[in-house]
Amino acid sequence: MSTVEERSASRKRAQRQGQALDFVDDRLGSSKWIRSALDKIFPDHWSFMVGEVAMYCFVLLLATGIYLALFYSPSSAVVTYHGSYAPLDGQKMTQAYESVINLSFNVRFGLLMRQAHHWAANIFLAAIAFHMCRVFFTGAFRRPREANWIIGITLLLISMLEGFSGYSLPDDLLSGSGLRVVYSIVQSIPFVGPWLAFNVWGGPFPGSSAFLQRLFVIHEFLFPLLLAGLLGAHLAVLWHQKHTDFAGPGKTEKNIVGSRLWPQYAIKSQALLMFVAMVVFGLGGLVQINPIWIYGPFEAARSSAGTQPDWYVGWLDGALRLWPHWEFRSFGHEIANPFFPGILLPGIVFTVIYAWPWIDKRVFSDYGEHNLLDRPRDKPLRTALGVAALIFFIDTTLASATDLIGNGLQVSFELLIEILQYGSFVGPVIGGVVAYRTCILLQRTGAHPVQRPVGGIIVRDAHGAYHTLGAEHDGHEGNGHGGPEEVVLGAQAHREA
Amino acid sequence: MTATKYPRIVTGTHGPEEGAGAGTPWPDDVPPEQDDTWYPLRDDPWKARRMEYLIAAFWAVTAVCGIGLMVVYWTGGQTQLEGALFAAGAGCLGTGLVLWARFLLPGHEVTGSRGHHVSSPEERAAVVESLSRGTDAMMSRRGFLVKKVLAPVGGIFGIAAIWPLASLGPRPGRYLYHTKWYAGARLVTEDNRPVHVSDVMVDGLLTVFPEGYIGDASSPAVLLNVGTAAVSEPYGESGFEVVSGANGLVCFSKICTHAGCAVSLFNVLSMQLICPCHQSTFDVLDGCKPVFGPAPRALPQLPLGVREDGYLYAKHDFYQPIGPGFWNRGSDRQYFPKVSS
Ligand code: FES
Repeated sequence: MSTVEERSASRKRAQRQGQALDFVDDRLGSSKWIRSALDKIFPDHWSFMVGEVAMYCFVLLLATGIYLALFYSPSSAVVTYHGSYAPLDGQKMTQAYESVINLSFNVRFGLLMRQAHHWAANIFLAAIAFHMCRVFFTGAFRRPREANWIIGITLLLISMLEGFSGYSLPDDLLSGSGLRVVYSIVQSIPFVGPWLAFNVWGGPFPGSSAFLQRLFVIHEFLFPLLLAGLLGAHLAVLWHQKHTDFAGPGKTEKNIVGSRLWPQYAIKSQALLMFVAMVVFGLGGLVQINPIWIYGPFEAARSSAGTQPDWYVGWLDGALRLWPHWEFRSFGHEIANPFFPGILLPGIVFTVIYAWPWIDKRVFSDYGEHNLLDRPRDKPLRTALGVAALIFFIDTTLASATDLIGNGLQVSFELLIEILQYGSFVGPVIGGVVAYRTCILLQRTGAHPVQRPVGGIIVRDAHGAYHTLGAEHDGHEGNGHGGPEEVVLGAQAHREA
Repeated sequence: MTATKYPRIVTGTHGPEEGAGAGTPWPDDVPPEQDDTWYPLRDDPWKARRMEYLIAAFWAVTAVCGIGLMVVYWTGGQTQLEGALFAAGAGCLGTGLVLWARFLLPGHEVTGSRGHHVSSPEERAAVVESLSRGTDAMMSRRGFLVKKVLAPVGGIFGIAAIWPLASLGPRPGRYLYHTKWYAGARLVTEDNRPVHVSDVMVDGLLTVFPEGYIGDASSPAVLLNVGTAAVSEPYGESGFEVVSGANGLVCFSKICTHAGCAVSLFNVLSMQLICPCHQSTFDVLDGCKPVFGPAPRALPQLPLGVREDGYLYAKHDFYQPIGPGFWNRGSDRQYFPKVSS
């Protein structure tokens, strides 16, 4: 095509687009907003994409979830199975379980959708957790972004509950045991526990016939609605405040460097949606997850060994295993055992996480506004605490698989639990100290922990001459953080390049 | 890295800072020229054309995957194929999009002002003024209507509005203190066979229910034959075990005292019951007291009796509440009167 032709086509297109936009603007006066939206600048750093991965998982969860909901029957009426899956023939089961079996075996694409939904949920939570770590370790939660931290943590909390409620819907043996444990945890709350459990379940475990319906309404209506609303708020606040960025040459607290929403960022973002879909559906089709037909329907008198919750509740299940056999009793009342690991621990954890932006202000006496991020090494104390918390999380998560690990390593689960009990104290301390010292070391050397050295590392040789190491580098941006000297050095290196 | 490839430009949309902090210069490494249409392959039509074909090829694969998915559907569905085709289709579409954005669409690094995300002091003052217009009038006469009337009225009405939540479930009452076991209840298996003294071999075990309540979630119990081994009974009481010839039968609640899972693993060598959920371990010969794990209390024991015809029955419900603890449970001991044997 000739340039002349192209130019006239472009002119015509602009005219048509103009007409369409006129139509909208005559009614909404939206041109100014649309212009600034299209021109909006988003910084490029791979770690900023992970929150987006979570968002796209949510999109896929909605799509696959709506499909599943069209087949699921939230009924605890007992039926005798005579379907296409022979091993279960003649078994008594609830209609809920039967409907999921039928969805898996008799509905074309049904199993794919179910497994994709489950995988998407696991990736969703993983992406949220990673995103939270990123925000924590880089101090992105600092003023003015405290509100988004609060919203984000609430999103995490609701997502965990959403995941657990979905995991429980098929009414299989595994999820039934999970619900039994949760019932016991609720029942263990002082004063109101039994009353609360009876109200949620509609009676003593396994609850009234209304329970599965309640769970269904919560899982496919209440929580998704909350998630969608909070996600909207999260994005709106982000949009208004603009993204944080790592320090680097040419980056200040007052400017923002990156690519524009249209077309670069928008197209790449759609590509990310496609890649998330690729992973979710690839796993959904090729890697089995939650084969409830193997577990069988729930029966109160059964539970099987090697039961594993989804990974994001593993730490709570592990905490239940590690908390000693204590419970406290006096004046005819008791605080039952599951309360401590099941309610108190997550209660404390989430309270601290919620309050962190304000704790952080006090710890570092820093009440100011920040658009440029810390590197983890810049705040050794924060980094150390974060690492300690992560190690605690890993320790308790490992504890939720003591039986499996024990079998695999030929160690008795008793020994393993004892190790992990001590580990939950010792591990975080060691991890924290190591992280702290590493931060200090990195601060001194200015080296990047994984990439090759950047910018100006100046060495003085035996003759007293100065050399710049890595002068031939191509100016890793976003890497010349730290004190003002380093930024200057980085900028100079950049000009040379 | 990117800086050497793309010209950086200063955006004109938002303009530089005004007000406080005004005059902050743009970073000096930002070249002033602005070209919003530049993309990496703009000046190389030959390469650009080749890139277009490459992208088209990726998207063509996506189309083929789409057709493949439909074929798979028509032929009855095959989960692995569905997943692979879905993944390949989405992956190729995504790869094409990335190549497109990366090489053929404008998208160099630009620098813009963050602008003000907060309001000026004047704007804030104006809001306070508008608010006071209402609140001043509302709170006149020391806020009589708001503080003394509206607040309590709203509280009462609010509580009334959420009151229907109480219909969600019955009150716990005495539910948690009892199971469906009753004096004289025969032990039956899951398929409703009454259990005879000789039904369980030495070192064997069986899950039993009270007759008429098979499957009840609070009542499952595990019946064990400990043979001639000596067993201790709760709080020094007797009348829980049935001994007949070489059989010694004891029966315990199957609901774990930790968090309510079914205690379904049995280690014959150590005569221990193990809960699969969190590995609480109970010593059968010692009244199922917990010897390892988080379970805080022994599994409640069912007082067993044997009828003339040799079938086992329960002489009483479990004395203490079964399963995990709760606020009003009290201690196990208080539930033990002398058991008549
Ligand atoms: S429920 Fe049995 S050990 Fe936790």
